[in-house]
Amino acid sequence: MHPVLRTVLQRLGLGVLTLIVVSVVIFSSLELLPGGYAENILGQGATPETVANFKKELGLDRPAYVRYFEWIGGVAQGDFGASYSGVGGTNKREVAHVIAPRLYNTFFLAILTAIIAVPLSLFLGVMAALYRNSWYDRIVNAVTLTTIAAPEFLIAYLLMLLFALKWKWFPSLSTVGETTPFFEHLYRAALPAITLTLVIVAHMMRMTRAALINLLASPYMEMAKLKGVPAREAIVKHALPNAWAPIATVVAFNLAYLVVGVVIVEVVYVYPGIGQLMVDSVSSRDMPVVQACALIFAATYILLNLSADVVSIITNPRLLHPK
Amino acid sequence: MSTDNKRVKGETVLEIRDLKIEGNSDGVWHPIVKGVDVTLKRGEVLGLIGESGAGKSTIGLAAMGFARPGCRIVGGTIMFDGIDLRKASEAQKRDLWGSRIAYVAQSAAAAFNPAHTLIDQTVETAVRHGIMTREQAEADARDLYKRLQLPKPDTIGDRFPHQVSGGQLQRAMTAMAMACRPDLIIFDEPTTALDVTTQVEVLAAMRDIVEQFNTAAIYITHDLAVVAQMADRIMVLLRGKEVEQAPTRQMLKQPTQDYTKTLWAVRKLAKEESISDDIALRVHNVDASYGGMVKVLDNVTVQLPRGRTVAVVGESGSGKSTLARAITGLLPPMKGEVYFNGKPLPKALKDRDKDTLRRIQMIYQSADTSLNPRQTIRDLIGRPIEFYHGIKGAACDRAVAELLDAIELNESYIDRLPGELSGGQKQRISIARALAAKPEIIICDEVTSALDQIVQEEILTLLMKLQKETNVSYLFITHDIATVRAISDEIVVMHQGKVVQQGPKTKVLNPPYPAYTELLLSSVPEMDPDWLTNLLAKRAKGKVKA
Amino acid sequence: MTAQAPDIRSVRARRTFWENAKRTLASAPFSAWFGMVIILIYAICAIFAPWIAPYGEADVVGKAYLPASAEFWLGTDQIGRDLFSRLIYGARNTIGIALITTMLSFLVGGTLGVLTALMRGWLDQGVSRIVDAFLAIPVLIFSLMLLAVFGKVQFFMEHRWVLLVIILGLLDSTRVFRLARATAMNVVVMDYVESAKLRGENMRWIIFREVLPNILPPLITEFGLRFCFVFLTISALSFLGVGMQPPTADWGSMLAENKTLINFPAVGFPWIRKPFYPAIAIALLTVAINFVVDWVLHKTSGLRDEH
Repeated sequence: MHPVLRTVLQRLGLGVLTLIVVSVVIFSSLELLPGGYAENILGQGATPETVANFKKELGLDRPAYVRYFEWIGGVAQGDFGASYSGVGGTNKREVAHVIAPRLYNTFFLAILTAIIAVPLSLFLGVMAALYRNSWYDRIVNAVTLTTIAAPEFLIAYLLMLLFALKWKWFPSLSTVGETTPFFEHLYRAALPAITLTLVIVAHMMRMTRAALINLLASPYMEMAKLKGVPAREAIVKHALPNAWAPIATVVAFNLAYLVVGVVIVEVVYVYPGIGQLMVDSVSSRDMPVVQACALIFAATYILLNLSADVVSIITNPRLLHPK
Repeated sequence: MSTDNKRVKGETVLEIRDLKIEGNSDGVWHPIVKGVDVTLKRGEVLGLIGESGAGKSTIGLAAMGFARPGCRIVGGTIMFDGIDLRKASEAQKRDLWGSRIAYVAQSAAAAFNPAHTLIDQTVETAVRHGIMTREQAEADARDLYKRLQLPKPDTIGDRFPHQVSGGQLQRAMTAMAMACRPDLIIFDEPTTALDVTTQVEVLAAMRDIVEQFNTAAIYITHDLAVVAQMADRIMVLLRGKEVEQAPTRQMLKQPTQDYTKTLWAVRKLAKEESISDDIALRVHNVDASYGGMVKVLDNVTVQLPRGRTVAVVGESGSGKSTLARAITGLLPPMKGEVYFNGKPLPKALKDRDKDTLRRIQMIYQSADTSLNPRQTIRDLIGRPIEFYHGIKGAACDRAVAELLDAIELNESYIDRLPGELSGGQKQRISIARALAAKPEIIICDEVTSALDQIVQEEILTLLMKLQKETNVSYLFITHDIATVRAISDEIVVMHQGKVVQQGPKTKVLNPPYPAYTELLLSSVPEMDPDWLTNLLAKRAKGKVKA
Repeated sequence: MTAQAPDIRSVRARRTFWENAKRTLASAPFSAWFGMVIILIYAICAIFAPWIAPYGEADVVGKAYLPASAEFWLGTDQIGRDLFSRLIYGARNTIGIALITTMLSFLVGGTLGVLTALMRGWLDQGVSRIVDAFLAIPVLIFSLMLLAVFGKVQFFMEHRWVLLVIILGLLDSTRVFRLARATAMNVVVMDYVESAKLRGENMRWIIFREVLPNILPPLITEFGLRFCFVFLTISALSFLGVGMQPPTADWGSMLAENKTLINFPAVGFPWIRKPFYPAIAIALLTVAINFVVDWVLHKTSGLRDEH
């Protein structure tokens, strides 16, 4: 088998394995609860019968591993089980139905952010690396160091204050529904997207700059210079083919960071995404929803890192052209 | 080629006057080249020689009008064929670089771009500068590969840098430098990273091609014997200044300056050979491997007589450092025994008692990594005294001071950290630390390889003096034959995990040789400027015979 | 020739610790100075909160939503507590908890990291694999989930901060583990560690005398960064309403409590709308720490950009 294919398959296998371990961790965290979930929910006053009935209704009376396989089997088919919020009532809600529209909204926001942020920060980072120690580089460096340190909610409220309350360019709350038209959705998601962009552009461009400077300092770049290759051509021909791996790592790292930022930004702008859903479910202790959200976030995270690794593998000349 | 008519020997190609270069460390600029003149005629090879910090690489690059980041050219003129490189624009320099002045870097593995094939990188300059079409350039590159005696010259260019060996890569880089038939090539320590047997071929190929095309060259190295083969003229540098300059033969025969004489002197150090039957350590039929199938040591038997020095010599991958690990118990042998004073040593380190550990000490190649940078000299040398002999406090300090005297430092060093000492001083501290245990055997693993020649000599002299005083035995691992000559009583030659030969120094270093010993010994450059020519002639004859 | 002649480099006279510290500080750039002064002010606020704050942490001292005045420097919050006093107490609570959490994560992660780097073998393999799985879940997400699970345990309902410290400390220790292990690995392969093993030194000596002194500098700068991260995560959780619970003064929850006030312009000096006080308090500290860490990294790693 070609080493590239073999390495990619190994990496994919490792990704799947990690996902399985993560699902076990997420599932079993609930089992760690001292006294059990049902007792905790119902309080100390509950009689054993109430607890037993409650457990039976939720299927908590069967062994943990059986429930795990049922859960993970369902997840594989897109069935995350039933939400606890409707337990006992007639309007029992499927977790998948609760999550689906929220997931769409979150991906909408994340993709919108990525479309703006990735090209922007790569461009800014490359410029800072090429013209390092210029006034441009210094300013960008100071600004980004400050932005990185500032928490998401400060940036979010500042933007809200300026763009929504002072200048009234955008709505201060990003309420969207399933019937919201696409462009309306875009308009309402603009402020959260700008916030997230600001947050990750700082990170991403600093990392791009560092990775590129590292690359430009390699002996073969000096060699290219001493062969009379002009700087621009040296970068395109000599640096770029070796830059895919570090760039992919930077992009994946920051998109993964987006996963966390999205939770806070959604809450600030009351944007109905999966982050806000998770926070609400944590407050109401709706565990199936919490677990489903956690699994989705973790899977996204793993997938992003996996893609970066795959890019690194398939652009590595040592693997592409084995001895 | 259009420039052919310009290549007349005797015409000056490069003229550097009063070159001054500064380097930046900790934000402060300080001089590293202090007014150096270089004149180079067409077809002439100038050897720049000096120890680390002499500024030879910096001068080499300055000859191209280039200063590395962190360096700046602050004074003097650099005239290349009538062009003032200090005043030339970047664009002008780009036109010269690669086409009329070329550079061959020390590490070809790092200087080749891993993402492109050799031939792509070889032809890049010629095609870029519009000197040849891609097809012409490729044909020419294959021709150059052939001239440089690369294997399969027609197809080797399609390979990627990581797919060929270090020696081949260095020759490919020479081909790349030659692609435009430059007027001047800067060779920056091109063979330093290579093993001696590989070095011969590379040196021969480089010298040949420079002669064939009558190219002027600056050959930078710290190795006198190498520069003697390559250069028509030698310039000796010390701390950014020229010490002296003369044609190669004259320089070798009659150096005029004291510093040059000391550089030459190291080659003359030689221990009187002394044989003994009192065996302190015997490695018997030992096999060892790092978990894999490949045996790094294959049935190795070595004897170390008491109070004597056995030099273990071999190239990289010969297993000589693994031998040290097997003896010390860091890598327990899979087969065989190590006998110490006639009794077998426990194989693994953890099974040996404190007194056994005390008797076998080790000194490493690099004092930078073998001395804890956060411990003072007092801690470093005092610890074995306290640990093995239970001496503490003022008595321990006194013992440390005595040891410092023994290694020709003094007690004023006792509170210093290793970072405050020079390379040679640090290696002395390592020696003192080993001595502090009062060992019977010291394993020296390439202890002088990282040092400049003059410092090497001092360390070797010190080791011999200490041997006389304490009757300690040295197992001296090295790849450098000059060091072997200087220090050993007996020699073990290793190759690919096997012992090729063990015997008294005079026997091993004189014929008849086993095949590998002969190859190894004959590959070690000698100060004779005709050495390479004679060797190649001899080898060619041998081949014809075979 | 004497042995030392070419060997000696001009050796500087040894300086005392304080002289060194003074010289180092004198060379610090403005940003680092700014950072250090801010951190000092925060530390003073946190330590002496009861003496500095004019009112109690949870005392209702006036009407709700009062603007800034001589009596209430920054005005009052939604139930009439003094905002300034709560900010001061917030420093104590938020910084204190973040500090304890970071220390826990360094204790666990650092110890395991150094141990696994030294021992290698199955312990290293096992711990590393588990940590890898934990690293695949973002800390904020994982802690949200764990807070949901353990939030209703009686003990934790009374001592919410203990739950936060345990969850974040353990989750963050996986990150510390990675760094400590990688740093220790670089030191463990050094010849001086091998030399100590050959001498017959025991594990304790190797860890405390050979390895630790050499990995401390990078770990200390990392402590600053991990502290920032923990501090921001705690603030975020409190802001989301699942971290510190009322009436504890905590910057994250104060921001959440006052967030609707963003719609009302501030009256009078300093014209900052109320939700921004805690938000700025959080941002200022992380910016300050980042400035200092940036400078320290620059100094110690020799990561200078070329000219």
